[in-house]
Amino acid sequence: MHGTRILDEADRLMTVCNSCRYCEGLCAVFPAMEMRRAFSDGDLNYLANLCHSCGACYVDCQFSPPHEFNVNVPQTLAVARAESYAAYAWPQALSGAFARNGLVISVVAALSMAAFIFGFAALNDRSVLFGVHTGPGAFYKLMPHKAMAALFSVAFLYAILALVMSVRAFWRDISPPIGGRAEGGSIFQAIRDAGELRYLHGGGVGCYNEDDKPTGRRKQYHHLTFYGFLLCFAATSVGTLYHYLLGREAPYPWWDLPVVLGTLGGVGLIVGPVGLFMAKMRRDPALLDENRYGMDVGFIAMLFLTGLTGMLLLILRETAAMGPLLALHLGAVFALFITMPYGKFVHGIYRFVALVRYAQERRSEAGS
Amino acid sequence: MSSKYDVLVIGGGNAALCAAISARRAGASVLVLEGAPKFYRGGNTRHTRNMRCAHDAATEILTGPYTEEEFWEDLLRVTGGQTDEVLARHMIRESKDILNWIVEQGVRWQPSLGGTLSLGRTNSFFLGGGRAMLNALYLTAERLGVDVEYDAEVTDLVIEDGMFLAARLKRPIRGETEIRATSLVAAAGGFEANIEWLKQYWGEAADNFLIRGTPYNRGSILKMLLDKGVQEVGDPTQCHAVAIDARAPKFDGGIITRHDSVVFGIVVNKHAQRFYDEGEDIWPKRYAIWGRLVAGQPDQIAYIIFDSTVVTSFMPTLFPPIAGQTIAELAGKLELDPVALEKTITEFNAAVQPGTFDHTILDDCRTEGITPQKTHWARKIETPPYLAYPVRPGITFTYLGTRVNKDARMLMADGKPAANMFAAGEIMAGNVLGKGYAAGMGMTIGSVFGRIAGREAARHAKN
Repeated sequence: MHGTRILDEADRLMTVCNSCRYCEGLCAVFPAMEMRRAFSDGDLNYLANLCHSCGACYVDCQFSPPHEFNVNVPQTLAVARAESYAAYAWPQALSGAFARNGLVISVVAALSMAAFIFGFAALNDRSVLFGVHTGPGAFYKLMPHKAMAALFSVAFLYAILALVMSVRAFWRDISPPIGGRAEGGSIFQAIRDAGELRYLHGGGVGCYNEDDKPTGRRKQYHHLTFYGFLLCFAATSVGTLYHYLLGREAPYPWWDLPVVLGTLGGVGLIVGPVGLFMAKMRRDPALLDENRYGMDVGFIAMLFLTGLTGMLLLILRETAAMGPLLALHLGAVFALFITMPYGKFVHGIYRFVALVRYAQERRSEAGS
Repeated sequence: MSSKYDVLVIGGGNAALCAAISARRAGASVLVLEGAPKFYRGGNTRHTRNMRCAHDAATEILTGPYTEEEFWEDLLRVTGGQTDEVLARHMIRESKDILNWIVEQGVRWQPSLGGTLSLGRTNSFFLGGGRAMLNALYLTAERLGVDVEYDAEVTDLVIEDGMFLAARLKRPIRGETEIRATSLVAAAGGFEANIEWLKQYWGEAADNFLIRGTPYNRGSILKMLLDKGVQEVGDPTQCHAVAIDARAPKFDGGIITRHDSVVFGIVVNKHAQRFYDEGEDIWPKRYAIWGRLVAGQPDQIAYIIFDSTVVTSFMPTLFPPIAGQTIAELAGKLELDPVALEKTITEFNAAVQPGTFDHTILDDCRTEGITPQKTHWARKIETPPYLAYPVRPGITFTYLGTRVNKDARMLMADGKPAANMFAAGEIMAGNVLGKGYAAGMGMTIGSVFGRIAGREAARHAKN
C-alpha cells in the first residue's frame, strides 16, 4: 500500500469514485482521476493539490457519511495535501515546521517583529526612532537602504530557492517518468485556471461553506487576498525600479504608482483575509482538515498583519509613529518571506504546478 | 406549520419534488412528507445520473436529435409492447419541455459521463449526479415556500369513495398526528426494499437479492392505495434489476457495485455452467437483463469470468476481480467445481470462431456448436491470470403500481378517476414500463408525471 494512512484512504476513495464518476463535471480532480486505474503516491499528491476544496463533491455524493462507504473527498484530500507540503519541503530537516505550523508561524512572526523593533531601537537614537521624517529617503533614516535591500534580498532569495527545490521534488513525483517538462501552453492554461480560481466553484454554483447553499464568497475573498498580495508585490517591485533606475527614493506621494498599487493591495490584504478567516470559522468541519487550522489561520494572519501594518504606515508615515510602524511592517514582511516555504503559502505553488500537470494531461489526451 | 394543505406530497424523490414545485408554482400550499432521514432523502433519485428526454436538435450537452418517434420505438422494443401507448406517447411529448423546465428548477446538465458515450445523444446527465439534482430541487422547493418534513412515516391514508381526506403520520418526536389536504400526490416509490413483499412473488430467492437503493423504499404507500381501492397496474415480478457485485452491501450500494464486463467474458452459475448468451446485444441495451437472469439461477449467484487481456476494456470496479493463475485456482477461490469450470471454459474456447473484435458494434466474434451460443464478442479465455466477479441480482425498483390517466390521476378499481389523488414516479412506472428498461426512463417518468401531478393537484385544490 502507500506510505501513509491518509494516502491509503485517498486511494480507497479514488477507487470508489472511479467506479462512479458522477462528479467529473465539478472540477479537475475527477477527470484527472479517470485517466488512471491505479494510484501511486505521486498521483494522490497530485490529485490532493488539484483539489480546491469547494466541497461540492461531498454535498453531491450519495456515499458521503453517514453512508457506510464513508466517502469524504474534500477532507481526505485536505489532509493529504497538508501532508504533501511536509513531504516535499526543502530542506527535509525543516519539514517538521508543518507539524505545528500555527505555532511556528506565530513564533517566527513575533521574533521577526521584535527583532526589527529592538534593532531600530538599538541602532537609532530615540529622537530618530520617534522623530517625524518626511520627504524622499525618510524610511532610510531608520534603516539604511542598502541594509534593508540586502536583508530582504537574502530572505526572498532563500524563499525562492526552498520553493524551487520543493516544487522540483513534487514535479518529479507527479510527472510521467520520461520527458517531464511543462510546455508553454500548459503553463498558460494553468495561469488562467489559477487566476480565475476556475475550480473553486462547485461546478458553477459556488462553493459550500456552512450549509448546503453554495455561495461565491470564498472565491471573492480569495481573489481579494491573492490580487491584494500581487498588487503589494508589484508596489515593492515598482519602488525598487524607481530607486535603482530613476534614483527616486521612498516614500512616494499618495498618487504615485507604488503607493496606489500598495494601497489597493493593502485593502485587499486586509479585507480578503478577514473574509477568509470568517468563512473558515463557519465552515462545516466535515469538509476541513481540522488539524490544520493553525497553518491556515497562521497564513491568513500573516497576510492580514502585512496588509494592516503597511496601511497604518501609509496613513501615519508623517507622524512620530512612523518609526515603530516601519519596524512592525518590515518584521511582518520579513517573517512572511522566510516562512513562505514552510507554511500555507505553498498551497498556491503546488496547486499551480498541479494545474500545469492537469493542463498537460488534458492536452495529451486530446491529442491522442 | 398549518395542519391543512392544498397539496400533500408523500415521497421525497425526483417525482415528489417536481410535483411539489409545480403545485407550489401553481399557487398551492404544499407539504412534502419524506419517510427517510435527511441524508437518505430522495429514494432512488440519489443514485440516478441521467434522464431520457426527446429533443428535435442537438443541444449543448446532447450530441444529436432524439425524436419522439425514436423514443417511442425504443420504449416499444424494451417493453416488448407492454406499455400504455396513449400514456407513453403523452409522456414522451412532455419530456421535450422537461429538458428546459428542470433547468428552471435549478438542476444543471452536463454531457454524458466517461464510459457512457453510447448515451450521449439520448440522455442528459445531471451535473454532480442524482443527489446534486435532488439538492437543487430541494433548495428550489424550500425557496418557493414548500414545507418539508423528514423521518415522516405515513402510517395510514384516510380515503373515502376515491377521495383522499387525510394522512396519519408518526413523527419521531411529536408522535402521531393527522394531516389533511385537498389533494394527494403519491410519489413514494416501489417496494423493492421490502423483502417480505418481494418473497410473495419470488419465494426464498428474494433473500439473496441485493437492493441498490435505500432501505426506505418499502412500498407502504403503494400498499395502502391498492388496499383502499386504487386500480393496480403491472406485473409484480417485473422490476429493474441488474447484476451487481455479490460483495456489495445489502442496501444502498448504488451505481458503483454494477458490472458492465459481461460482454467481455462468460457468465457461469454455481455449477460452473453457462446459461445465457453473453453477447446478445450491446451494453447498455442488454445491461438490465442480467439481474433477472441471475435471479433465475440456483442460489441467485453467478460469476463473470474473463482473462487478463480485457481488464482495461471496462470501467474500473469498486471491488477488485478475484484472480487465479489457473482455472482450477480461480475455481477454488470461487468455491466452484474446478473440473466443471475447466470443462466449460475449454468447450467455450474450442467453440470460438475467428473474427474481428469490436465491442462498439455487434461484431463477428461468435461461438459455434455450444449451447447457449455467445453470438458476439466471443474471444478465448486463455491468458492468465484468470479473473472473476461474483454477481447477484441487484433490484433497483419494482414496476407494480397504481393505474393513472394522462393527468397523473389515479384510477379506482372500477375504472373511475379518483377525485383528488394523483401519482408520479416509480409508484406508477408500471403504466409505461410493463417490463424491460432503457437508461434514464425512471427519471423521465418521475419528472414528467411529477410535474403533471403537481399541476393537476393544485388545480383541483384551487377549484
